[in-house]
Amino acid sequence: MSTDYLTPVLTGRTLLRANPVSKLFAAAVITLALMASIDWVSAAVVLTCELVLMPLLGISVLALARRIWPLLIAALIGAYGTALLAEKTGGVVLDVGPFLFTEGSVASGIAVGLRGLALALPGIFVLLTTDPTDLADALAQKLHLPHRFVLGGLASLRLAGLLVEQWETLGLARHARGVGSGGSFGARTRNLLGQSFGLIVQAIRRATRLATAMEARGFGGGTRTWARESSFSALDAVVAAVGLLIAAGAVTAAVLAGTWNFILS
Amino acid sequence: MTPLDGPLPRAVQVSARGWGWRHAWRRAFAARHLDLELTPGERVLLLGASGAGKSTVLHALAGVLGSNDEGEQEGDLLLDGVPPAAARGRAGLVLQDPESQVVLARVGDEVAFAAENLAVPRDEIWRRVHRALDDVGLDLPLDHPTTALSGGQKQRLALASVLAMEPGLLLLDEPTANLDPDGVLEVRDAVIRVLDRTRATLVVVEHRVAVWADVVDRVIVLDADGGVLADGAPGEVLVQEATSSRLEQAGVWVPGRRPAVGGAVPTSDGGEVLLAATGLDVARTKRGPVAVAGLDLAVRAGQAIGITGPNGAGKSTAALTLGGLLRPRAGSVRAAPALAGTAGDDPFRWRSPELVQRIGTVFQEPEHQFLTASVGEELAFGPARVGGAQAPGRIAELAERLRLTHLLKANPFTLSGGEKRRLSVATMLATTPRILVLDEPTFGQDALTWAELVTLLRELVHDGVAVLSVTHDAEFIDALGGATLHVSGGAGTLVHR
Repeated sequence: MSTDYLTPVLTGRTLLRANPVSKLFAAAVITLALMASIDWVSAAVVLTCELVLMPLLGISVLALARRIWPLLIAALIGAYGTALLAEKTGGVVLDVGPFLFTEGSVASGIAVGLRGLALALPGIFVLLTTDPTDLADALAQKLHLPHRFVLGGLASLRLAGLLVEQWETLGLARHARGVGSGGSFGARTRNLLGQSFGLIVQAIRRATRLATAMEARGFGGGTRTWARESSFSALDAVVAAVGLLIAAGAVTAAVLAGTWNFILS
Repeated sequence: MTPLDGPLPRAVQVSARGWGWRHAWRRAFAARHLDLELTPGERVLLLGASGAGKSTVLHALAGVLGSNDEGEQEGDLLLDGVPPAAARGRAGLVLQDPESQVVLARVGDEVAFAAENLAVPRDEIWRRVHRALDDVGLDLPLDHPTTALSGGQKQRLALASVLAMEPGLLLLDEPTANLDPDGVLEVRDAVIRVLDRTRATLVVVEHRVAVWADVVDRVIVLDADGGVLADGAPGEVLVQEATSSRLEQAGVWVPGRRPAVGGAVPTSDGGEVLLAATGLDVARTKRGPVAVAGLDLAVRAGQAIGITGPNGAGKSTAALTLGGLLRPRAGSVRAAPALAGTAGDDPFRWRSPELVQRIGTVFQEPEHQFLTASVGEELAFGPARVGGAQAPGRIAELAERLRLTHLLKANPFTLSGGEKRRLSVATMLATTPRILVLDEPTFGQDALTWAELVTLLRELVHDGVAVLSVTHDAEFIDALGGATLHVSGGAGTLVHR
């Protein structure tokens, strides 16, 4: 089975039809609004909106959790760490040896966890509903990024998939030569370094061959046409507007609630 | 006008005058003193020993050799009177490895890629995509994922992708070397169909001459020392004793001539059982699909077993599982005491140094298994891992036997294809395993390396080593005798001769 980053499993029929540029725009303004202030109100507003929009992903909560579980764990660890280390204000919730949690520190922890999730989800929305080829088309045709850069990125995505397989094959091939993953810590480290070096060698050779194949097909010339037209529709206006609305709503709510805490002030 | 009959591309005329090329990092010229005239529409098979510069010529014609800082050029090489770099899109090149040529995710986009690069208008691009896919006989939806293709389909896709440029010169660099027999015919027939329609000039490089001999109207043999060794109709060049015997010496597969192999075909059905698979299900990944199910097989000392079947049928997965490298999905692989010795009976649980003394696995890509900076260290590596003082005599003997003695100081990565293959086999033999597993040992090998391999493996079988080879090469299996495991449709059947 090959690992194919170029054809990921995409979900969400509506968002799939939207232009990647409008999705990127919406995700960017929401992220900017969140990053501008460290407070729980803006984070909660954004997260609520994101949860409300979740059906657009066309994926069950469980299936989503399976795909983004590392982020969930990261958010939990962030929340836990903050609750443990933040300023200890309010009543004591738990006090066991060095572990002291107070109402104030737990609230900070929850805020950090929520904010982390709220920050991550726009990116998840874009990733789960965007085909890399469509993204490249949009970046080159709508944002006028240089085509060498965009298509190079697309090709490297394909190489990345091949390299995952290559890593596994290299591991087996080395085991067969007597260099296994066992042994002391030093031996393991040496083996890992050796295998990494082998992967780099293979990656360079693969990349060179792919570059030759691309060059042989006329890649790298001055002008270029695009077989697929990247276009905007009414849906894209809606996506962009919803993104702006969520961002503006979060900022307004935080300012009104008095929790707005601009990072540059 | 239907989309399928477009204007014919003008066939390219090729002319080389005293042409040569030296890669910047090499001292010797890769190709030199080349004088050639190809008339438009001519179909040429380009032959020569390994290192005679066939690929260099092909890459030069495709205009992908690089600029002046990547090498030194002498003389002229012209397509219709202009240098290849100035004739972008006039020549289309298909490379050997199906895997490393695919750029995009969907079949339609992949074919469109080259036309996009040549700034062809959008409507015309899609007309060309349909025509090219039709030419190569790939009847697939445009959004079919490019990863979900067989090797033969991938090569036909690569062919379609260059056809979208409407090239007047088609260049094929061993396009069928990595394919199973069906894939080889698939690709060759697609090429014939394309040429019959487009009338483009063809230059194809291929070790296995028989595949193309009937298709081309001219055979050109490059001399390893530069220039042209022979040039003429296939009927003359391949049949005349003077040229065909020189071709044979150069390792070219001449139709009707079999490379001279030492030793006799092993006839024994094998001795004691070394390894037994019972109800074995194999899978490449932990959760991925089962490739072959319900395999029962006994591997005996001094027995040769060929594992065959179409590309993607799970032959390699089965071999790697038998070799103790992959975990069986279900069923078991058990080592008999004769093989296991002091280790346990489950090869998958053996530590690497235990494995390397019992089962040696030679991977398809020799480079995956190179671990050191010189051939000598490479040969000494296995015995050193196993521990215990290995007689240096054994390494010397092995190097001698596989004609590596003059290369002991060379870096493994700089060897030729045949030398790499010999080294990868030698490294595995250094620890004297009783079972040798080989994955496609003859892929892309010239006739000389092929004959050497067969000779060596015959000796090993004779000495009581069990040899399991995954291969499409029917002649190779015949030459080793023994049994054949046919793998297809998720099942394996063992056939004794």
